[in-house]
Amino acid sequence: MFGRLTWAAIPFDQPVVMIASGTVGFVIFCVLALVTVKGWWPYLWREWITSVDHKRIGVMYIGLALLMLVRGFSDAMLMRSQLALAAGHAQGYLPPEHYDQIFSAHGTIMIFFVAMPFVIGLMNFVLPLQLGVRDVAFPVLNSVGFWLSAAGVLLVNVSLVVGEFARTGWLAYPPLSEVAYSPGVGVDYYLWSLQISGLGTLLSGINLTTTILKLRAPGMGYRQMPIFCWTALASNLLIVAAFPILTATFAMLLLDRYCGFHFFTNDLGGNPMMYINLIWCWGHPEVYILILPAFGVFSEVVATFSGKPLFGRRSMVMATMGICVLSFLVWLHHFFTMGAGADVNAFFGIATMIIAVPTGVKIFNWLFTLYGGRIRFTVPIYWAVGFMVTFVIGGMTGVLMAIPPADFVLHNSLFLIAHFHNVAIGGVVFGVMAGISYWFPKAFGFTLNERLGKSVFWCWFFGFYLAFMPLYVLGLMGATRRMQHYSNTHWQPLMLVALAGAVLILLGIALTVVQIAVSIRRREFNRDVTGDPWNGRTLEWSTPSPPPVWNFSALPQVDRADAFWAVKQQRGTAQGRNVTRTYETIHVPRNNPTGFFLAFFAVILGFSLIWRIWWGAGLGLLGVIVVCLMQVWRTDGEIEVPAEKVATFERLRGLKESAV
Amino acid sequence: MSAEQALVTADAVPLSLRGPAPTRVVAGYGFWLFLLSDIIIFAALFAAYAVLSGETAGGPTAADLFDKKHVLIETACLLVSSVTCGFGSLAVQSGDRNATYFWMAITFILGVTFLSLEVSEFSHMLQIGAGPSRSAFLSAFFTLVGTHGLHVTIGLCWLTVMLLQVATLGFQPMVGRRFFCFALFWHALDIVWIGVFTIVYLGAHL
Amino acid sequence: MLMASCSEGVLDPHGPVGKAEKIILYDATAIMLAVIIPVIVLTLVFAWWFRAKNSQARYRPDWEYSGRIEMIIWSIPALIILFLGGIAWTGSHDLDPPAPLADSTAPLDIEVISLDWRWLFIYPHEGIASLNRLVVPAGVPLRFRITSTTVMNSFFVPQLGSQIYAMPNMVTRLNLEADQPGTFEGLSAQFSGDGFSDMRFDLVSTEPEAFKDWVNTTKTQGGVLDAKTFEELDRPAKADGAQTYAQVSEGLFDKISSRSMAAVPPQRGQ
Repeated sequence: MFGRLTWAAIPFDQPVVMIASGTVGFVIFCVLALVTVKGWWPYLWREWITSVDHKRIGVMYIGLALLMLVRGFSDAMLMRSQLALAAGHAQGYLPPEHYDQIFSAHGTIMIFFVAMPFVIGLMNFVLPLQLGVRDVAFPVLNSVGFWLSAAGVLLVNVSLVVGEFARTGWLAYPPLSEVAYSPGVGVDYYLWSLQISGLGTLLSGINLTTTILKLRAPGMGYRQMPIFCWTALASNLLIVAAFPILTATFAMLLLDRYCGFHFFTNDLGGNPMMYINLIWCWGHPEVYILILPAFGVFSEVVATFSGKPLFGRRSMVMATMGICVLSFLVWLHHFFTMGAGADVNAFFGIATMIIAVPTGVKIFNWLFTLYGGRIRFTVPIYWAVGFMVTFVIGGMTGVLMAIPPADFVLHNSLFLIAHFHNVAIGGVVFGVMAGISYWFPKAFGFTLNERLGKSVFWCWFFGFYLAFMPLYVLGLMGATRRMQHYSNTHWQPLMLVALAGAVLILLGIALTVVQIAVSIRRREFNRDVTGDPWNGRTLEWSTPSPPPVWNFSALPQVDRADAFWAVKQQRGTAQGRNVTRTYETIHVPRNNPTGFFLAFFAVILGFSLIWRIWWGAGLGLLGVIVVCLMQVWRTDGEIEVPAEKVATFERLRGLKESAV
Repeated sequence: MSAEQALVTADAVPLSLRGPAPTRVVAGYGFWLFLLSDIIIFAALFAAYAVLSGETAGGPTAADLFDKKHVLIETACLLVSSVTCGFGSLAVQSGDRNATYFWMAITFILGVTFLSLEVSEFSHMLQIGAGPSRSAFLSAFFTLVGTHGLHVTIGLCWLTVMLLQVATLGFQPMVGRRFFCFALFWHALDIVWIGVFTIVYLGAHL
Repeated sequence: MLMASCSEGVLDPHGPVGKAEKIILYDATAIMLAVIIPVIVLTLVFAWWFRAKNSQARYRPDWEYSGRIEMIIWSIPALIILFLGGIAWTGSHDLDPPAPLADSTAPLDIEVISLDWRWLFIYPHEGIASLNRLVVPAGVPLRFRITSTTVMNSFFVPQLGSQIYAMPNMVTRLNLEADQPGTFEGLSAQFSGDGFSDMRFDLVSTEPEAFKDWVNTTKTQGGVLDAKTFEELDRPAKADGAQTYAQVSEGLFDKISSRSMAAVPPQRGQ
């Protein structure tokens, strides 16, 4: 009746899991109760859940990511503390069956449910504003993409308390991930939650690519487009090109597991090496999907707070698009030790180094943007300078491992772990934190507390070095990854230092929560009245904070890069002052519950498939079809905002700004 | 050319500088991107097929199983259905309801014919023990050809919905845009089939 | 901490392969540090000097391009990469795992099978086998052929050099050598399941005479390793000490590494 689902799926005998899920469940219950008691459901439903406004969706993505950061980081704390204890004959407190799930969940969550939503959320919020348009190309699809990601999040977290998670590492290599060696539901949870959220990501990639290429303000050609939009374009092109490979590969593994196919099995002709090739054909572009928007953030931040344009804009753009193309030519460097032979290994090693060239050039571009600037040391610039110093170390160790014989002794060691955390934290996390503090006032109308923001930065900065520099050393000492315990007691002091670093980062995360709470409470002191708190250069700063639903009351006419800076230079001139505005009726997309309901049925479908509850899967699929049919028959997709309302809004805004 | 001159000779303003593109263009463009991503899924499946085509595990090989005549008829069905779909697209553009129903119905019938031929091929193979769990080669075959068949099935469902939309909503711009996307989808499936036909079926007899 | 890392592991190699790889590590790191350190220093210097409060710094609000600087910032990484690319090419070929070592001594063949979660070492010419303990003669090139019965593992002795994956139905080849006698830690570097952390072995390198003695002693003690006893070994079990086999049936490794063993793999419990 319920497939494989029985009461035994809930781990009543594991106190850690039961307490953790009990606490989370209780918190969720309290939140829902609070919302109900305060009567906030209509507001939430209308303004957030069914919103198709890119600004709201962007904020929701980032909120989702922050939530999952806590979950993924809890896994990290468990791992660090286990390894600090389990030296010599000690076994620590997490047996392998659990530890294996924890590191698999940590990686999966951090990449798919923290880094991706952070980056997609930033791009979602910023792109239409920087491009000078009203919304993304497909607003309803945007909502669908977000909610499908949330569905994936839900499934992964349910696996904590109902059943188990994959015990294979975050990429689930076969033969280990095949039914013969992972007969439980763990790998199925992994596969279905990623297929569902992967579809959401793909839709988002299509949406944002179309937006950048087809929806820009009049006069904004490619040469006038902000640099963040260029990096977002490269990232979204990569999403469109790479995520289908992930979808296909996971589909093949699912067919192996569910229908007895033989793509990657040990018997009857299967080829596990093919999985590794395919998955890394996706996997390498994936890391560029994450880092390129972060590079874009830094370009904007460094230029704005230096008070000068980005140095070498054209070569930045060329470097970005070069990285975009080259990222498909390096995948084999993730498995030099699989034995492809000297020629093949050397080719991919050299290709990997070649891709390091445009990446390195970018650092110089930022360096020379700082040069000759008048740098204001706000929180975003702290993150940017911290990034420039930290990321180059990670880049260096990456190029080091791109030399095949060097990789032969470092592959899968803690050195590798240190390298990719170096670039992921020093690059992606720092970039996202910079982006959040940079664009927060635009989204919410007040700036974040600067002092707490700087404390958060220092915690992450020093925490990162404490946590990961020992891992470089441990890797050189012969320590491999995914160990649940180790016999060499020499390693323990380094593990303790790493744990201290993790605690410092934990403090940083806690301070972020405090920072947000304090900033909300003191928001009247930090109001952004002008819409331009940083003396910005790009068009998003020409809108009020927060912008109205329609973003721009009249689409700006652009004729050069750093369009808003040009407008501000002109404001002093006679030409700049004589602007009279006539407003037209604006069409704004109406709220739409399709995304939410599609995700709802996707969760039912996914959960049923995982537990082989075939009637549940049928129900989920039927629900999806019905929701889609309802959507395609909708004809009233837009609301009209009359010109007078727009004009009134602008008049009031002008009054508010001149009152300052 | 200065900004003033550009505004006067509006035709001379490049597309990229004219502001947000019209909805028709945006919808088509987005759908093209989706099609490209779909083709990459097929590319991965083709790659898997190429790697595994020799792994027959002592079971039936491609040469043992594939019937050229059968495949020829399937191909003819699909190719002709693309032509009829083209005529149907013209009918949609000119707002001719009856012609739309006519040409799209033929497209539908040809699609169903293709699918039933494919289903019969699959069920025959399952009967003689050449199912997808027999060997890696057969897994790859069934997945590649089956995914194409699944797309055709989805296309036929989509076509049905579109015809219902014409019946209930008439030829609104939204309906026209969706027919355009459907036609793109249908022709793309044709192109993928040519790949399948060549690599899988013709490739078996080389 | 850094000093500690120099006395064990990858930076303390005891064989020609590991030593060559250590040189590559040092050279490549030094070359890159020559760029990285100035970049880090310049970043901090520029950020400090051009801070808004510093009235001495010259503000150049319109300076955004310099052809000369562009050329330099593209050439420096390109030159470094050119150099490192050369190292990558020659290093990949010189240190290709299946390539025989430059030592003229007759090599010793060893066949390696990774099980769940132990390592089995077969000496095909000596007709003996050893579980979880690899005894080898020092100064003799070791020619490994490696496979797995279940999932992927990676055969790795950090102080001797390169690792290579152990994969089912496939044979990978690796050449290593231990310069002097000693005991070196070996492990699997590719996660393979619950017993992974215990999947360690000792590589004991001895004087060639002592190795001959060990082979002769092993031939007199221990059981037989044939298809049947191997089947028992193949069940999932965590590593639990070492064991030796006095006799190994012919061609056992080849049978295991190709597909003539039973098609259905042993099921693991939940």
